[in-house]
Amino acid sequence: MPFTITGESVAFFILALLTIGGAVFMISFTKVVHMVVALAFTFLSIAGIFIMLEAEFVAFVQVLIYSGAVSILMLFGIMMTKHDQEESAVKRPVHTLGLWVGILSLFGFIFYSIQQSVWVPGEYKSIENNVLEIGLLMFSEFVIPFEIASVLLTVALIGAIVLAKREEEPK
Amino acid sequence: MTNILASYLTLAAILFCIGLYGALSKRNAVIVLLSIELMLNAVNINLIAFSKYGVHLSGSDTELTRSILSGQLFSLFNITIAAAEAAVGIAILIALYRNRTTTNVDEMDSINR
Repeated sequence: MPFTITGESVAFFILALLTIGGAVFMISFTKVVHMVVALAFTFLSIAGIFIMLEAEFVAFVQVLIYSGAVSILMLFGIMMTKHDQEESAVKRPVHTLGLWVGILSLFGFIFYSIQQSVWVPGEYKSIENNVLEIGLLMFSEFVIPFEIASVLLTVALIGAIVLAKREEEPK
Repeated sequence: MTNILASYLTLAAILFCIGLYGALSKRNAVIVLLSIELMLNAVNINLIAFSKYGVHLSGSDTELTRSILSGQLFSLFNITIAAAEAAVGIAILIALYRNRTTTNVDEMDSINR
């Protein structure tokens, strides 16, 4: 298939570069706070990719939850522990070598499967009112997973408070 | 238009592998949690790419809409689970830091105080 330069492929290329760049910087930085900021950058770029895939609502949720809430939560977690900590390299050469071999073979396997597969072009229509349709679907067909998710969020909220609460000193 | 689905899947595979590397090689527990979030995000990219470019049940117009949007709803539930996991993970980390004054995962090798 000849490679044609369209607006979509250029936008995809830029967003993919930003996404992978943020992730690689996360791996290579040494200060922990810098790593979190680099990964927040990656999460924002992934929101851009969701907009390219015409999933506007998921993109906004991604910005709110990931680059907003999760990044700030991780920064709080760093600040409440050792905030000036630097990541020191692990001194286990066998472990590192095995990790590289495993991850490269995993990536090679996935890449080979993607290249070997024949993708049938699917039927698609762009949905005018994304948020409205998602809301209708969530409260009709997916109402039981929605309720289970709300129960799960309540349990996680209570559990997090109980775990992180400072235990009172016995008198 | 079949080429672009393969590029999205490759991007997600690269992100997943970077997340896996970070989760298995970093010492700081906060970074390990963040790498797990990155892996979950790669899965979300796959789900939404298949919801746009994948094969859907051919049927009426509403059925097609439902089939497209269920991929996006899957990723929304995925984001919910990931947020809950991050909150509980940070809470465990803070409780552990209070007892052991460490955040390195290779020093968390004892189950008594």
